[in-house]
Amino acid sequence: MDLHFTSAEPTPQERAAIDGFLSRLPAGGPRRQYLLPALHVVQTSAGWISEGALNHLCRGLGVPPAEAFGVADFYALLSTREQPRAIAHVCDDIGCMPKGAESLCNAMEATLGPAGSTGGGPSAWQRSPCLGMCERAPAALVVVAGENPSEQAIGPATAAVVLGALAGDAPPEPGVAASLPQAGAAGLRLLARAGSIDPTSIGAYESAGGFTALRRALEMGAEAIFSEVTSARLVGRGGAAFPTGVKWAAVRREPAPRYLICNADESEPGTFKDRVLMEGDPFALVESMVIAGFATGCERGYVYIRGEYPLAATRLENAMARCRERGLLGDDIAGSGFSFDVELRRGAGAYICGEETALMNSIEGFRGEPRNKPPFPTQVGLFGRPTVINNVETLVNVPLVLTMGAEAFASIGTERSTGPKLFCVSGQVARPGVYEADFGITLREMIELAGGLAGSGKLQAVLLGGAAGAFVGPDDLDVPLTFEGTRAIGATLGSAVIMPFDDGAYLPAVLRRIAEFFRDESCGQCVPCRVGTVRQEELLQRLASNDVHGSREDEVALLAEIGRVMRDASICGLGHTASSAIESALARLPLPEEPK
Amino acid sequence: MGGGTSSYREMEEADTVVLWGSNARETHPIYFHHVLKAVNRGAKLFVVDPRRTTSADWADTWLGLDVGTDIVLANAVAREILAAGLEDREFIENATSGFEEFHAHVEPYTLEHAAEVCRVAPESIRRLAHEFATARNAQLCWTLGITEHHNSVDNVLSLINLGLLTGHVGRYGSGLNPLRGQNNVQGGGDMGALPDRLVGFQHLENDELRRPFDEAWGITMPARRGWHLSGMFDAMERGELTSLYVIGENPANSESDQHRTRRLLEGLETLVVQDMILTQTAELADVVFPAAAGWVESEGTVTNSERRVQRVRRAVAPPDGVRDDLVILSDLAKRMGCDIGEPVAEAIWNEVRALSPMHRGMSYARLETGQGLQWPCYDEEHPGEQYLHGRLWMRPVLGPLAPFSVCTNRMPVDKLTEEFPIRLTTGRRLDSYNTGVQSGVYPSPLRRGETLDISPDDARAYGLVEGEPVRVTSRRGSVVAPVRIDDGLRAGLVFMTMHFPDDVAVNELTIDAVDPMSGTSEFKATAVRIEKIAVAAEALSPV
Amino acid sequence: MSDNLKAPDPLVPVPQGPVPVLPTGSRKSVEITIDGATVAVPEGATLLEAGRMQGIDTPTLCFLENLTPVNVCRICVVELEGSRTLVPACSRKVEAGMVIHTDSERVRHSRRLVLELLASSVDVSTAPQFQDYMSRYEAEPSRFGPPGPPAAAGERDSARPGHHHAPDGSTASRVAQPVKIDNELYVRDYSKCILCYKCVEACGVDAQNTFAIAVAGRGFGARIATEYDVTLPDSACVYCGNCIGVCPTGALMFKSEHDMRAAGTWDESAQSQTDTICPYCGVGCTLTVHAQHDLIVKVTSPLDQDVANGHLCIKGRFGWEWVNQDKDRD
Repeated sequence: MDLHFTSAEPTPQERAAIDGFLSRLPAGGPRRQYLLPALHVVQTSAGWISEGALNHLCRGLGVPPAEAFGVADFYALLSTREQPRAIAHVCDDIGCMPKGAESLCNAMEATLGPAGSTGGGPSAWQRSPCLGMCERAPAALVVVAGENPSEQAIGPATAAVVLGALAGDAPPEPGVAASLPQAGAAGLRLLARAGSIDPTSIGAYESAGGFTALRRALEMGAEAIFSEVTSARLVGRGGAAFPTGVKWAAVRREPAPRYLICNADESEPGTFKDRVLMEGDPFALVESMVIAGFATGCERGYVYIRGEYPLAATRLENAMARCRERGLLGDDIAGSGFSFDVELRRGAGAYICGEETALMNSIEGFRGEPRNKPPFPTQVGLFGRPTVINNVETLVNVPLVLTMGAEAFASIGTERSTGPKLFCVSGQVARPGVYEADFGITLREMIELAGGLAGSGKLQAVLLGGAAGAFVGPDDLDVPLTFEGTRAIGATLGSAVIMPFDDGAYLPAVLRRIAEFFRDESCGQCVPCRVGTVRQEELLQRLASNDVHGSREDEVALLAEIGRVMRDASICGLGHTASSAIESALARLPLPEEPK
Repeated sequence: MGGGTSSYREMEEADTVVLWGSNARETHPIYFHHVLKAVNRGAKLFVVDPRRTTSADWADTWLGLDVGTDIVLANAVAREILAAGLEDREFIENATSGFEEFHAHVEPYTLEHAAEVCRVAPESIRRLAHEFATARNAQLCWTLGITEHHNSVDNVLSLINLGLLTGHVGRYGSGLNPLRGQNNVQGGGDMGALPDRLVGFQHLENDELRRPFDEAWGITMPARRGWHLSGMFDAMERGELTSLYVIGENPANSESDQHRTRRLLEGLETLVVQDMILTQTAELADVVFPAAAGWVESEGTVTNSERRVQRVRRAVAPPDGVRDDLVILSDLAKRMGCDIGEPVAEAIWNEVRALSPMHRGMSYARLETGQGLQWPCYDEEHPGEQYLHGRLWMRPVLGPLAPFSVCTNRMPVDKLTEEFPIRLTTGRRLDSYNTGVQSGVYPSPLRRGETLDISPDDARAYGLVEGEPVRVTSRRGSVVAPVRIDDGLRAGLVFMTMHFPDDVAVNELTIDAVDPMSGTSEFKATAVRIEKIAVAAEALSPV
Repeated sequence: MSDNLKAPDPLVPVPQGPVPVLPTGSRKSVEITIDGATVAVPEGATLLEAGRMQGIDTPTLCFLENLTPVNVCRICVVELEGSRTLVPACSRKVEAGMVIHTDSERVRHSRRLVLELLASSVDVSTAPQFQDYMSRYEAEPSRFGPPGPPAAAGERDSARPGHHHAPDGSTASRVAQPVKIDNELYVRDYSKCILCYKCVEACGVDAQNTFAIAVAGRGFGARIATEYDVTLPDSACVYCGNCIGVCPTGALMFKSEHDMRAAGTWDESAQSQTDTICPYCGVGCTLTVHAQHDLIVKVTSPLDQDVANGHLCIKGRFGWEWVNQDKDRD
């Protein structure tokens, strides 16, 4: 290509960081796909992406600088403006709101000035959407760039700990067990190891039953695994509940090369189960991917993990390296003749990249904009090839299917929601965390499992399924937590978020925060979502401040129209569901007109 | 018939594209869009050009040969195709002649030999040969980098050989295509603006072909060919040509060896210039006819590089006192005693159709709608030919066989010596055109005046920095231009345009060595020396 | 040189051959039902094409015949029975048995809302087609409140993705901002940008492959930008103007038109449009010359042409000023 560059040059540090990265890339082949990793390298080394650095990496990758800028400027964790090297991202989303997020923000502002200000000092702070640490709310992520870069996820966060981390202090490490109130309990299947074994030790994993399924899988052969997964009636745990066997079958029909992607871009507010799994049992995901890759005939796998999960990423990288050393990943796995490797790709702060086609664009080095479907990823996916994309929890169920047998697996839960399930319980409960339970447990039982209600003890509403889910009221507590059960009451299980609010919460403000979230996270591609989420936020602000245009009824009617066009005409699930929780609240809950 | 054998849109379906002596990215930008469609589809692009141009930046392989070594490279490509057994034997046997002689002739052109002469990696030549020969569809295109040489016809023939060798001509998707540099070069030739041709490319010296013209016009035409442009200047030199009528050309700027050109123009008894702009040639004229801008102030047709005859229309009225070429010519004819009637574009066109079989089917009514028609178009039912020479695939071939040509390289006339050690080549930039009379007016943000583009190595060797004025001297003249360092140039090669003749008269440097057959000057190969201005000033001052 | 090595005698014309055979794409057809009528449509056609064959005028904003459909504006959505959501007609291919409704209440609602959302945030005053759609779908953009204040120069270009100033809801946020004028050929008025992506496509793989501009930012902050918002003269722009050619709202505009509009002398009713051929290189691109009072005011190119597909280069698009200059000459 005849690329054109401005005269800006990188600093010596930027140049060294980029050249080092480029020198590690495989020779030949298209390089666009390394754009996001390269941007991470620059961000980590310099704390922002300067024009000179962008020019330099674009020369190395053969990417037009305007396009690379468009990509860099898409992600919240990358900065195309100069900023301090140490940045605290402080969650003020719905999970942290009732847990003191606002007072933490106030304390940050008192020390470092207004959010987002870059005035002078070595550190700054920003407000952040959900960081996926709702069980340890309030949460913060501290990112320090430079020669000794660090990323620290902090929860529960106090101003003192966050400021300390900005200055380079290590925050207290609560350990995975803190997120797993059931850790060590008998009868756990998905969580049998997490929180109980050393997640960095391949020996510990193997001693606890690891790789049994992989060995069995290699003996059974691809066809038999596929038929087990299909008869187990395993459905996707990412939110859409699509039958895994059907998805696999579709890809198996297509010509090679095929790809497997593990969607670990868990970003739905209130969701943190995949993080806890990856932090606590990373080898399980690697094993699961090898089995899935074998069963579906994929030659390569990718884990796309959200950028806000540094510990999970480190644990996974370690697990992959240990598995490669042991011949359980890479060429000729366990002497079977099957070769399969997995590459870890980190997101950079974009909820939309959890949408499967946006995720693929992100891996390929493009903006994380969803593609129109059809064609579906099973036919035209990553790099235009047939692609299986499964959520972390879905994949981790696969070894379970093989060790238990399809029949035993399918006997757990209900007819249409089979197997064990992880739930993300946060908000006003006594013991928030990731819980494993069989499908069919009721909402009431789940809240009780988490120690019952906290706060005032008086339930106002429960958000089910995350910001893209739905609010249910105190009358709905006996709903069975299955895909079909929640659907029956007009809600959704989504990513299994269970977030109770007590009567002290001012729900209009919660709804406004949800609207703010969708506005910020809309990729901006299609009109209904790009502008609809803005109009929705403006309207909810008017409702929250009780400063309506016309009557409240007019506003609610207009809100419904906005919701309808987003649902009917948006490209992807973000727009389709951006009004769901809000509309469910307005429909089912008696909302106050003034803040308490 | 001379013209591109394929249509542009066939380019989009090519598997291998070779741009030889063409920087289409800048000189034919919209043609390059078609190339890019192929490239983005996965086609292999080869660019053969001494400069690593913006076109070459898109190539899988750039073959940066030395100026004037094209035939060696082409012969080596042919030899490699033959050595690898990749030629299309069936096509060769059915449709061509002279293969055995050709085969024997190219035998010594090994990859190693060509690599040494052309200074191109043997592997690059091999790759070009193999990708071109094995492609299902291949397009080979060339521009002035092939034709602005003293041996331009041989250059072209050596490329045609490659098409014949592989059967990449005469069928949909494959072809041999000269890209025309000016908007109606193709049409001008088609209309008989060549020394030996009549309208429709019909040879003047064929009595049968000439007769209809004599009958239609009620005259007896001289049966002898005329001069091409360079021949005219030679005739002026000999005193055989004393009066010149120039229509829409600016030879005072555009011809090579400008000192000579001007001297000869000034020495004419009568110079008449008809142009839409008062060019430097017009300033030398005895009589100037201000003419309307053909493309936007008058009616008519032009023909593009894919042989498409297209309507031009009057969108604005010419300035007061400025007349249509047609009106000027018919008035002149009237004054000379020949009343050719009302000068109406369509009527003239119908006369063309009456006399030129390949245009016969192109009524104005058909040209008005749609996108024009491609010649040949023999009757009003004929759709026009999207690609030429389909007859070569008939069994047996209809008409004459296509001959291979034995081509031997002759190095540029202007030799590199110690005194003139640097090769100057010339060309165009994206936003400018020829001598700049049209393109120099609009406020192009890309426009930068004339520069001497030089390799980083030479800049270092001569101690030159970007923007520094430098003296460039050839055996014929000397100019001063600022330096522009271009890492697409190899050491020993410099580049200039001719877009800014008022500022830097580059054609004072170029040589008037011409191809004897085409009359094209060797603009692409001038021997020069470069001097820092400070040094040059000292040298010029008396000791 | 032996005899058979000589070129064919130029004195003898090449005989007339048969008409060349072109590959034909004979497509199978599939049956679908559109607005109650069952029709056969070629396989691979889009719903938009299928509708047009039935004389159905489906509105489009981000669609253009010479660009790859990006289906982002969503004005063309139609109802496909069995589909949870509406589907974009511009890119959705026909499948046998599809039942399509192009003018149902649901379709009209989405189209109306799309128009209202756009018109409440973007200046559509120089987009006549858009105005027509507004009346067709009875759009009332004022439903979202009075227009919000414009952004200062550069403000939208420096927004952080994923962050915005919380609105108070009293006004409808807009993309209004000052016009970017950084060269003498064309201006960029992003107050009028509906983010249809066409300019990016024309600058990119669909035509020019220069990639001077891309979409930057995210959500409502998404915008068309050069890297770091550098000026066009600093950018990769080669001024082919193909972005202007495809812009549906006048956000990208010839500076000549922009200046004449500013001076109040732009008068489309006094303008002629004449197709002719570019005077520069030998490719033969068709230029549509827009002239007002015998002066060229801008140049466009028709889409349905095999030569140029509606695209031009800098010379064809802008290199006509000398013709006007002549008019001042004696």
